[in-house]
Amino acid sequence: MNVLNVAARELRSYFASPIAYMTIFGFLVITGIFFASYAAVFMDPRALMYNIPATMDAILSNLVIVLLLIAPALTMRLLAEEQRSGTIELLMTAPLRDWQVVLGKYLAAFALYLIMLALTLYYPVILLVFGSPDVGVMVTSYVGAILLGAAFLAVGVLASALTRNQIVAAVLALGTLLFLWLIEVFAPLLPTDLTLPLAGGALNPAEALQNLSIIHHYFDFTKGIVDTRHVLYYLSVVAICLFLATRVLEIRRWR
Amino acid sequence: MIQAQNLTKFYGPKAAIRNVSFEIERGEIVGFLGPNAAGKTTTMRILTGFMPPSSGSAQVAGFDCLTDSLEMRRRIGYLPETVPLYPEMVAWDYLDFFAKVRDLDDRDVRIARVMDVCGITDVAQQVVGQLSKGYRQRVGLAQALLHEPEVLILDEPTIGLDPKQVVQVRELIKSLAGQATIILSTHVLPEASQICQRVLIINEGRIVAEDTPANLTRRIRQTERILMRVGQVSEDLTERLRSVPDVLSVAPRDEGTYEVACALDTDRRAALAAAVVQGGWDLLELRPVDMTLEEIFLQLTTTEEVQA
Repeated sequence: MNVLNVAARELRSYFASPIAYMTIFGFLVITGIFFASYAAVFMDPRALMYNIPATMDAILSNLVIVLLLIAPALTMRLLAEEQRSGTIELLMTAPLRDWQVVLGKYLAAFALYLIMLALTLYYPVILLVFGSPDVGVMVTSYVGAILLGAAFLAVGVLASALTRNQIVAAVLALGTLLFLWLIEVFAPLLPTDLTLPLAGGALNPAEALQNLSIIHHYFDFTKGIVDTRHVLYYLSVVAICLFLATRVLEIRRWR
Repeated sequence: MIQAQNLTKFYGPKAAIRNVSFEIERGEIVGFLGPNAAGKTTTMRILTGFMPPSSGSAQVAGFDCLTDSLEMRRRIGYLPETVPLYPEMVAWDYLDFFAKVRDLDDRDVRIARVMDVCGITDVAQQVVGQLSKGYRQRVGLAQALLHEPEVLILDEPTIGLDPKQVVQVRELIKSLAGQATIILSTHVLPEASQICQRVLIINEGRIVAEDTPANLTRRIRQTERILMRVGQVSEDLTERLRSVPDVLSVAPRDEGTYEVACALDTDRRAALAAAVVQGGWDLLELRPVDMTLEEIFLQLTTTEEVQA
C-alpha cells in the first residue's frame, strides 16, 4: 500500500513538471518517424512484390536507441532530487521502509513508460486496418519492449540513488546502459573457439559476455519468440538494480 | 519518553557528537541549544531514525531507534532544519501524501484541522514551491503534527520567519505542551528560555549543561548585578557606590550608566539609590540585571568548565 502511495505521488509529480510531457512528445515523434518511414516502404508496390511482412519490427527495434535516451531522463530525478532537496529525510523518518521508497519510485517511472507505450498502440491498429500483420509478433514485440524498458528504468533508478545531482544520475545511467549495450558489439571480438573450465563446465567467454548484453536478449521478442531466458534476464536486471538502490540508500544512512 | 545513552556519531574521522546522554520525560518541552555545528541536528537525526549512531543507543516513545525504527517512526513527528517540501505539490496534497503514508483515518478532517492550527488554510490549494518561507515552515510543521505524534522533534522551527510568525509558531509549540513531548533545537536563546522547561546546551558534540533556564542562570551567576542610570557622569559617584556595603565592583558603561555587582543573595538597591540621591545626583533608572541565556551560553561554550 505504501509502495503505491509513493508511486502515485511520484506519478503526479511527473505530470506537474514538463519532464513527462517532453519525454512523451519526443518518444512519439521519434517512433512516429520510424513508423512513417517504415509504412512508406511497406506501401511501396515493390515491397508487396517481395512480400515484406507488416510487423512492428522496425519501430520496436529502434526503440532501444530511444529508450537509451528516455530512461535516464525519466529516472534521473527520482532519488537524486529527494536527496538534494532533503525530502528523503522525511521519507526515511516516516514509517516507510527503504525498499518501499525505491520500489514506489520505480513503479512510477514504469507506469509512465507504459503510458508512453500505450500511446503507440495506434501504429499496430493502422497496420491491422491497412495490412495483414502477424498479430503474434506484434504482441511479443510489445512484451519485449515492456521488459527492455523495465530493465533500463531499473538501471536509471540505481544511478539516481547513487548521487544527489540529477545530471550525474542521468549521465551515469546513460553510460551504464551504453556499456551494457556495447558488450553486444564487443563480445564477438573475443575468440569464439575459446572455452574456460569454469563453473564445472566449459564456459565460452564470448558467449557469456554476449548474454550479459542488455539488448542481446531483446531481438528474439521482435521475431515473435518469447524465451524464458530473456524474460529471466530482464527481471534479474530489475531485481538486482532495485536491490542495490535500496542498499545504497541504507548505506547513506550510515555515513 | 526519550532516552539517549552515550550517543556518538562519527562522520569519517570527525566526531559530530560524543557520548551524549539525556532523558526526557513525557510532556516535557526541551530545548537543544548550541552554536552551529554543535551536533544538534545530528542528535535529532539519530532520534528520528534517519541515521544510526556510531555507538550508543536511543529509545523514543518506548521503541529503540535502531531495532524498532519503524514503530518508533510511527510515533514521532519531525520537522527537519531545511523544511523539505515537494515544490510542485499543492499544500493539501503534500499533507495528504504523508497522511496516506502514515495510514491515517479521516484524512480530510485531520488535514483541515492541522491546517487550521498552523494557519495555512488559506494556502491549502497553492503550490508549495511558491509559498513564502513562513508558510513553508508552517506546512512542514503541519506535516509533523498531522498524526498527533507522542513525540515532536523540531529542528530550528522558527528559523527564517518574520518576528510575527516567530511569535505565532512559539505560541503554537507552547500550546502543544502536555499533549506531546517536544524537543526543539535553536540557537536563538530567548526562544529556549521562553518555550522550554528544560535546556540542554550542546557544544562541540557534548552536552555542557542541562537544567531549567532559571536554574542555569542562577548556577552560573556569581554576582547580583544592578544597572543604574544617573544624570551626571562623575568619578566621585563611582567611589561613592563602591563604598556601599556588599558592592564588589562598579563598572561604568555608556554615558551615565553604571553596572554594579553585589555579593550573591543580597539586595542593595535601596542603599544604592540612597547613595546616589544623597550625593546630589539624579537617579534616572535602577534595575536588577538577570544574566541572559546569551551570557550563560557564551560562558559555557567558551570555557566548557561547568560542573554539571
